[in-house]
Amino acid sequence: GLQLLSEFGDEATSAANPGATTIHIEGPSESPTHQPGLPRGSGGEEDDELLGNDDSDKTELLAGQKKSSPFWTFEYYQTFFDVDTYQVFDRIKGSVLPIPGKNFVRLYIRSNPDLYGPFWICATLVFAIAISGNLSNFLIHLGEKTYHYVPEFRKVSIAATIIYAYAWLVPLALWGFLMWRNSKVVNIVSYSFLETVCVYGYSLFIYIPTAVLWIIPQKAVRWILVVIALGISGSVLAMTFWPAVREDNRRIALATIVTIVLLHTLLSVGCLAYFFDAPEMDHLPAATVAPNQTVAAAK
Amino acid sequence: MAKAAESSGDPGTTSPRPLMRDLKAVGKKFMHVLYPRKSNTLLRDWDLWGPLILCVTLALMLQRSSVDSEKDGGPQFAEVFVIVWFGAVTITLNSKLLGGNISFFQSLCVLGYCILPLTVAMLVCRLVLLAEPGPINFMVRLFVVIVMFAWSIVASTAFLADSQPPNRKALAIYPVFLFYFVISWMILTFTPQ
Repeated sequence: GLQLLSEFGDEATSAANPGATTIHIEGPSESPTHQPGLPRGSGGEEDDELLGNDDSDKTELLAGQKKSSPFWTFEYYQTFFDVDTYQVFDRIKGSVLPIPGKNFVRLYIRSNPDLYGPFWICATLVFAIAISGNLSNFLIHLGEKTYHYVPEFRKVSIAATIIYAYAWLVPLALWGFLMWRNSKVVNIVSYSFLETVCVYGYSLFIYIPTAVLWIIPQKAVRWILVVIALGISGSVLAMTFWPAVREDNRRIALATIVTIVLLHTLLSVGCLAYFFDAPEMDHLPAATVAPNQTVAAAK
Repeated sequence: MAKAAESSGDPGTTSPRPLMRDLKAVGKKFMHVLYPRKSNTLLRDWDLWGPLILCVTLALMLQRSSVDSEKDGGPQFAEVFVIVWFGAVTITLNSKLLGGNISFFQSLCVLGYCILPLTVAMLVCRLVLLAEPGPINFMVRLFVVIVMFAWSIVASTAFLADSQPPNRKALAIYPVFLFYFVISWMILTFTPQ
């Protein structure tokens, strides 16, 4: 059956009806109306009128007190940071341990998308990539006589641009695409823009330890890491967005999922290629010193 | 720059040496950072002179010489400045959005003053770099930077932690950790020409 996705009844309803699909409809930031008379909690099944009503004011009730402030006040933005420490940890855990069949948004975000996670995960990732790349290049070229260490500070700005652009623009494009498809085919599951940003942000978390491990100057190790990270991250995204396109034309649904994974691949491979110099196959400091000495001795 | 009114009374300057008074206030806060105790002085009488002095000092010492400005070296003066102030503002906004009850400038003040240990580390590193380069040189610098990094974190946490809601303390402190980590990295990787 269809259920209200409400703040209070969430755990109970999701636990009681694991097979049920849930509707989440994002109310736009118009003037909200509160209807305190409407019941919340697990007894909300009579609100079938919410089906397909994107612009109904009654949908504001779904978000509860959340978006009650106009967007130019500080309180409006505070609703996007309404998470506790344990919730952030739970969401991170969910992004690195994807459970087959469980939807990240439904399980962890549950109509409380936050911007804390995406923003700070991206910030950490930017510095992780830049610093790890710098360290890795230093270790690779250590011992070369002609190498002079530079901190490569410019790369921080480049990394920041790439990561933040990815974390905002790809969800925007995906959300726009899904909204457009929604107008043609009624999808049972649809996500708000913030939930999309949230999923993408948390799915990038796995790349932080991956970037640190990319310091290891072995090509095979790096590519294995790429595959693992992509597997975990991609599966979180695929499992989240498959229910949103499943009702659609088979080919479009598959193309959407493939594009999501492809863009993710592009990001990780691109970062690896740009920030981390290729390690030479059997590169050891001793090996570079010896040829120099023999060359010097020959002269 | 705006300064919290310390002495009530006449709006006009009654004290004969306002500069000395300001310098003393800044110095007192430096001491509070170096020996962090739970005290409200840093929060109550905030000022931004100390952070400005520290930031300028750090940026001057960190900037690369004009010779290798074409190569991809360390940060320029403006880049350090932007990182410190942009980072401090972002952390402040973050802690306010999470529901902290610290004022904007108080938070900037604390974050700025707690750069003091890292500025000291920068000074020490520059002195150490005058000596023979090598792994020992690097280990000494690494040790100094790590100690000062920990000191900065402890100092800022002592002042900031109480203003956060208890179930979100870690969320508010982590960006501070990241901020000082990045500054420490910039100090550690500084290579003179």
